[in-house]
Amino acid sequence: MTSLPRELPGQKKLGLVIDLDICVGCHACATACKEWNTGGHSAPLPDFDPYGESAWGVWFNRIHSFEEGDGDGARTVHFPKSCLHCEEPACVTVCPTGASYKRAEDGIVLVNESICIGCKLCSWACPYGAREFDADEGVMKKCTLCIDRIYNDHLPERDREPACVMVCPVNARHFGDLGDPDSAISQLVHDRRGRDLMPELGYKPVNKYLPPRQDRMPRETARLPSSARPPPPPAAPADKLLRWVDRLLSR
Amino acid sequence: MHPALSIVFFTTASGAGFALLALLGLGAPLGLLPEGGWFAFVALAAAIALAATGLGSSVFHLGRPERSWRAFSQWRSSWLSREGVFAVLTFLPTAVFGIGWVFFGATRGFVGLCGVIAAALAAITVYCTGMIYASLKPIHQWHNNWVVPSYLALGLMGGLLALDFLVRLWARYAGGLALLSLVVVVVAWWIKERYWLFIDTTSARSTVASATALGSRGRVRRFETPHTEENYLLKEMGFQIARKHARRLRRIARLAGFALPALGSLAALVLSGAPGTVAAGLALACAALGLVIERWLFFAEAKHTVTLYYGADAV
Repeated sequence: MTSLPRELPGQKKLGLVIDLDICVGCHACATACKEWNTGGHSAPLPDFDPYGESAWGVWFNRIHSFEEGDGDGARTVHFPKSCLHCEEPACVTVCPTGASYKRAEDGIVLVNESICIGCKLCSWACPYGAREFDADEGVMKKCTLCIDRIYNDHLPERDREPACVMVCPVNARHFGDLGDPDSAISQLVHDRRGRDLMPELGYKPVNKYLPPRQDRMPRETARLPSSARPPPPPAAPADKLLRWVDRLLSR
Repeated sequence: MHPALSIVFFTTASGAGFALLALLGLGAPLGLLPEGGWFAFVALAAAIALAATGLGSSVFHLGRPERSWRAFSQWRSSWLSREGVFAVLTFLPTAVFGIGWVFFGATRGFVGLCGVIAAALAAITVYCTGMIYASLKPIHQWHNNWVVPSYLALGLMGGLLALDFLVRLWARYAGGLALLSLVVVVVAWWIKERYWLFIDTTSARSTVASATALGSRGRVRRFETPHTEENYLLKEMGFQIARKHARRLRRIARLAGFALPALGSLAALVLSGAPGTVAAGLALACAALGLVIERWLFFAEAKHTVTLYYGADAV
């Protein structure tokens, strides 16, 4: 049923928190995700033309990189993105067959591949690009939050986490119940002012992103010593005046 | 958005087909259409063929066409499901109306009532088609108030031009129909121009900064993409059309889809006999070409928020 389940008091909302401050952009989470899920609940995650000139395939987790700011203040931010398991997932409600659904018990958004007709409308309805089409099987696939790991009795308890969280070498990924305000992960979101992606669209993503911290060191000490910098180009008189004003104001 | 030809064809053909069906369902009970079983047969066959081949072509778009019957189940939440349900429902009263009209020459009473019900259901079906697109928040060029009126007006325009041509084939000068076609072409043109103005002058509230929750240091921009080759997201949602081409195609859509059909309808209004039929036929042919280009552009010019993650600054 693609109507959303009614939210209960104390609703469990399993999801991820991604720390943009410490993600180093190593793509280990994307690789581990592909490795686990190509043998898991949504198996396989096919690759097309894998050794050819235009290899492409289905991945549930993609690592983008952005820059913000300009000049000395600029920084690079690595940005992993997977399904956000939204509280208002339009990908579920647009589904004409009932293949897309949101689980009442933990909020995980899944696809029942045995009844998906491959109309792709859910991928149009997702603002985040979380769903990828399996052109071999003609059905839509997506992140399952490693549902076959987190409830898997055959795994030792410490391994019952999504593959992307397990593998992260810098602990930039956290997994837990974001519906419980006292959970460690909710506290982390609270302390670090975790943010939603595209909150203006009203999908209410469960996954949160922790913004990069502001500088902990004064900007000047982070700069190269003046001897290591290239000499500034000769300045026009107007530039000199502006630079003097700039120095005056920066004091 | 990638303009899949199956969907471009589906939405234009089924829009015109359902509109023609609605016009027949209303026109026959009111006694506005030519008498005789042959006109009824040809006109209804044309309407049903347009609507049904459109629906059939949309099934080709599916990854698993053999499961398409499942799409009738989620009408509570899904506009796509609602469209499927209403499309099929439309054919039930159409069958009664068609058999009664074609074989028994009946256009009143129960048969006429079925025609009116079919007309209402056909209109609802086209409304649902429009809502499939208008309900998608990630696509600013679709999620706006001009989309559903466009679908309704452009469908009605196609249906009217087809009906005017068919009526003239039965050697009936229908001044009222030509006048109505002219008015609807002009109204549809106005709606489409307003739509184009809207998408040219506005963009989505979402930006690369809101998509990444970054920006405290200033401008956010793509540094590296996650993959060097294309993926499903870029193939499906990352379609880009050069502004130059879009402008040229819009000119063609304007000319073939609106200007020439308006001229053709105007000519058909003052001409009767064979010249009037030729004018109405040319108006229909031009409109068909123009509508397919218009619909192709409707997809090609639509920008999805996922492209913000791949280098678009605004959508």
